[in-house]
Amino acid sequence: MKFRAKIADTGCLNHFTRISNMIAKLAKTCTLRISPDKLNFILSDKVANGGVSMWCELEQENFFSEFQMEGISAENNEIYIELTAENLSRALKTAQNAKALKIKLTNKHFPCLTVSVDLLSISSSSRIVTHDIPIKVIPRKLWKDLQEPVVPDFDVSIYLPVLKTMKSVVEKMKNISSYLIIEANLNGELNLKIETELVCVTTHFKDLGRPPLASGSASQGRNPEQMAEVRIDVKKLLQFLAGQQVNPTKALCNIVNNKIVHFDLLHEDVSLQYFIPALS
Amino acid sequence: MKCLVTGGNVKVLGKAVHSLSRIGDELYLEPLEDGLSLRTVNSSRSAYACFLFAPLFFQQYQAATQAQEPVRCKILMKSFLSVFRSLALLEKTVEKCYISLNGRSSRLVVQLHCKYGVRKIHNLSFQDCESLQAVFDPASCPHVLRAPAKVLGEAVLPFPPALAEVTLGVSHGRRVILRSYQEEEADSTVRAMVTEMSIAEEDFQQLQAQEGVAVTFCLKEFRGLLSFAESANLSLSIHFDTPGRPAIFTIEDSLLDGHFVLATLSEPDLQSQDLSSQQPRQPEPPLQAHSTPNLDDFTNDDIDSYMIAMETTLASEGSRALPSFSISPGPQPPCSPGPNSEDDEAEPSTVPGTPPPKKFRSLFFGSILAPVHSPQAPSPVLAEDSEGEG
Repeated sequence: MKFRAKIADTGCLNHFTRISNMIAKLAKTCTLRISPDKLNFILSDKVANGGVSMWCELEQENFFSEFQMEGISAENNEIYIELTAENLSRALKTAQNAKALKIKLTNKHFPCLTVSVDLLSISSSSRIVTHDIPIKVIPRKLWKDLQEPVVPDFDVSIYLPVLKTMKSVVEKMKNISSYLIIEANLNGELNLKIETELVCVTTHFKDLGRPPLASGSASQGRNPEQMAEVRIDVKKLLQFLAGQQVNPTKALCNIVNNKIVHFDLLHEDVSLQYFIPALS
Repeated sequence: MKCLVTGGNVKVLGKAVHSLSRIGDELYLEPLEDGLSLRTVNSSRSAYACFLFAPLFFQQYQAATQAQEPVRCKILMKSFLSVFRSLALLEKTVEKCYISLNGRSSRLVVQLHCKYGVRKIHNLSFQDCESLQAVFDPASCPHVLRAPAKVLGEAVLPFPPALAEVTLGVSHGRRVILRSYQEEEADSTVRAMVTEMSIAEEDFQQLQAQEGVAVTFCLKEFRGLLSFAESANLSLSIHFDTPGRPAIFTIEDSLLDGHFVLATLSEPDLQSQDLSSQQPRQPEPPLQAHSTPNLDDFTNDDIDSYMIAMETTLASEGSRALPSFSISPGPQPPCSPGPNSEDDEAEPSTVPGTPPPKKFRSLFFGSILAPVHSPQAPSPVLAEDSEGEG
């Protein structure tokens, strides 16, 4: 098992740093899957995490100037490791205005993902920061739990409003209730709703548009006025929204009535899927 | 005592108080002939800090009025810090700062003369106290590093704020290494990230240490002095010896000097071994016979009486005569002599089987404490008892 990669371009480095910051906001520990042309940050559906799962995918060649990897075997040319997302984000934070950044798998007393940063210093002398992020290598037999989640057959698919607006709404709602109902229909309407004994608050978004590719069989022949809804943990939604520092190029929300809400975002060349299960 | 600080120096004074406040809860203020000294020591007595502002630093400086014993006092750090709390505000509004200490009124008076004729007068109550003086001597430390504070400030930047200790050493290629120190635990299921900063020799103004040497000390206090030195744009010297001996951090300028003395971890721990394993193996640093496990037991009065802050009473001048308790650098070098001294040959290493001496040794014992301390029964007895019961 070998992995070694290098980022030499500042733009790529900043982009990669932004992604790792986003991941750190979404997950405490996550799985990093390394394959010859892709990197994935994965949070799998664990009940302890409230059943939330995440799948983030990026093409390695858009980021790395050098990329070498050797998986477990020729047929399974992949590496799965578990790490604390915050460690990666903290390590990359020190890489601002760095000349170059190298990431590799090492085994220094314990298995690590070593991030070493070649810093620019006042004088021309070299200054290097190395971060050894402890990791757990995930054995082959557990890989099956970490595969790309299948997008469920949704009832309604809708474009999301500006995430910042949504975030400020949800932030306020969090103070009143710990559960939030998200509902949408095929007419481009999306509502965020909280209900308590004392108060019921709904925020309506209109004319959000329907993605052309939305051809879930469950939505065929559905009354466009009829709402599909899920009741979710408001904290999970807020966590997802807070992780989005830049508005994505594309933001979709798919709802399976009373089952799950699926968010599908595209940031330039990075895709993020986020699943929040409905609470009974 | 009366003194007057003006202009930018008010902020310098404020900055110094801020950096002292990272260490101790009490501030010892002592007007001396060669300047005003501000000192503090932390509660576990493993860190000591001292600033001396030369008379030239002040617009006016008078250590003592005629026929008056120089007063020295101890005040709560919190209350003194509150006077200088906002450095930005100090810089913007305060024109003059007038500090006076009057034994008769038992008040330390700090007057801030601000813009538009506003005056803020702080009357701080104080306690009479003895002189706080740690025994240390930078000259006795064989290893010295000196670099602009900015270089060192940038070097500690990648370390997380919560990190307690950092290992400083010289690695192969004479590169200076700073590494986050992690305590080695038996059940290390959750490991923390290890960060290491490596700086080329060129960035240092002085690097007098051979490859392989390393010490571990507290980062928080170091950061405190660094932030002061950075704002004053000074160079910082680090004097250190073998692990377990205090490391001395100094800054100097024509108007002031600052000394921070921090305990270092006494065990040649895994981290510093790591550092040295990358290069020609260094000889094991001699272990101190008196680094017994109960050394950091500060509840013990016997130890307390030998504690760093050798406080000499105002009344009993006699106690000053004790060489090790002297106020100014004592005649006896406190950090005992260099590696080749007889001391090292005479002291046996720690007996195998004793519980690992952990954590910082208290500072400034140097060789003074050794004879007194060593007869103490080590704690294995206790360990056996509890094992028998369990």
